[in-house]
Amino acid sequence: MHTMRRSRVPYLLLVPAVAILLLGMGYPLIWQIITSLQEYGLAQQFGQPAPFVGVDNYVTLAANPQLWLVVGKSLAFCVLTAAITMVIGVGLALLMTGVTKTARLILQIALLLAWAMPVVAAMTIWIWLFDRRRGVINYLLDMIPGVEMNRFDWLASPVTFLLVASIIVVWMSVPFVAFSVYAGLTQVSDEVLEAASLDGASGWQRFWGIVAPMIRPVLSIVLLLQLIWDLRVFTQIKMLQDAGSASGDYDLLGTYIYKLGTSSQDFGAASAVSILVLAITVALSWFYIRSLLREDAA
Amino acid sequence: MTPARLRRGLLSTLAIVLALLWVFPVYWMVNSAFIPTARLDSFIPTFFPLPGTVSNFTGALADGSFLSALGMSVAVTLTAVVFCLLFAFLAALAISRFRFRGRTSFVVAVLVVQMLPAEGLFIAQYKMVASVGLLDSVIGVSVIYIAAVVPFTVWMLRGFVAGVPADLEEAAMVDGLSRFGAFMRITFPLLAPGLVASGVYAFLQAWNEFTVALVLLPSDAAQTLPLWLRGFIQASATRATDWGQVMAASTLVAVPVIVFFLIVQGRLTSGLVSGAVKG
Repeated sequence: MHTMRRSRVPYLLLVPAVAILLLGMGYPLIWQIITSLQEYGLAQQFGQPAPFVGVDNYVTLAANPQLWLVVGKSLAFCVLTAAITMVIGVGLALLMTGVTKTARLILQIALLLAWAMPVVAAMTIWIWLFDRRRGVINYLLDMIPGVEMNRFDWLASPVTFLLVASIIVVWMSVPFVAFSVYAGLTQVSDEVLEAASLDGASGWQRFWGIVAPMIRPVLSIVLLLQLIWDLRVFTQIKMLQDAGSASGDYDLLGTYIYKLGTSSQDFGAASAVSILVLAITVALSWFYIRSLLREDAA
Repeated sequence: MTPARLRRGLLSTLAIVLALLWVFPVYWMVNSAFIPTARLDSFIPTFFPLPGTVSNFTGALADGSFLSALGMSVAVTLTAVVFCLLFAFLAALAISRFRFRGRTSFVVAVLVVQMLPAEGLFIAQYKMVASVGLLDSVIGVSVIYIAAVVPFTVWMLRGFVAGVPADLEEAAMVDGLSRFGAFMRITFPLLAPGLVASGVYAFLQAWNEFTVALVLLPSDAAQTLPLWLRGFIQASATRATDWGQVMAASTLVAVPVIVFFLIVQGRLTSGLVSGAVKG
């Protein structure tokens, strides 16, 4: 480590990165904060000056039941999807520790393929799988005696629409969770586990009493990332809306902002909702960033 | 058979069943891509693509829009990867080789920015890029991509640079090399794997990105591959979807990504997890 005092070299090295961050993120962020305090509608799109209106945009939004509905739906979607992803991901990671080498390899390759799928391609596949008339999911479900799923339109009601979105997000996110947790598990020594089982601990007790505390750092970071990612889910909802209905009942926060900005051209309100999303994200991220900083200091 | 072996056998069977379940959508994409349209239209699914056809691929490629989208994707991705690597590498050198005032603030800023979602900034990014007339251009969208990927790349490269001991460079300088020479001859080659991994990461991010591209590239002529692929689904509202073509198009977009991803994924997880376990 060079400890030259007053050297200009490190600052020069930082110039390009700082410049691009200020341009691509800093300026938009500040513009957005300012715009969220302005009346910025259709008239301003055509060059009218944008008057400052204080927190009016926020007050109007807070009084708008539709916004709270969208916030509520987004939070519910985010928490449920992240929870299901964690349960399946951790389950698969534990499964990997208890199976033969071949079985583990097959499972890992399958998960990697799902993980590697570009999100837009994954969406086209799932929309095809859930297709009303010729989708293989309706076909298979329909074969179960007593189940009548022929031509069932998954995208026609908000509940099944979000269920489909959640299934897709879980499918795409589980591999990351499973690999991260498995990597954490391989660092828990076998002796610890064996000693615990000689003491007569059942599998369930062993997991909560011994394994979970030891991999707690991995578990908490992976859970946080899932929450953050699932809160800002946009591509999946947008593409399902392309395939089904784009009415407001099918919006989560991402598509809600998009519509405020594109269809209503109300940049003031769109910026205010964006700031809300950013605030929730930064609040959640803080724990993640703190733990990374501890790593940097170590 | 002992109970322990029986248990292992049952769990292994479960693992393979789950593997098949997880890989099924990917299989279904490739399968459907090779099935003639007439058979895809039947209400009974075809589970094996035999005898196959490549007509879905030729159909998806027929109107030339694929090539234009491929060109756009390559231009945007190359620009983003090259500048992202350069900027991030310089910044990683600064924070791992120097102690200076403001270092911690920079590291915190990098980590915070990394978490800011495009979904919370795209209105402002659209306004900014539109105001300088760069909608539908490679530069406009690349600037946003570089800014979005630089933070994680700095963080990743920082680990690699810190992993090459500064003593090595100093030893080479004692042997008569200049500071720059020592860096180029000793440190740089040791960093190559880190640069490759970071470069592939940046590639994947830029190549797959959808949200920013949707907002900043409104015209059909400036579409990247994800937008091109979305066009197939979007059209489904007005005409019957040709699923064979959609799946062929998806296969074309996904295959290069899968190949690159398999190269780099070990590094991505191990980096993240080693950080997590240490903390």
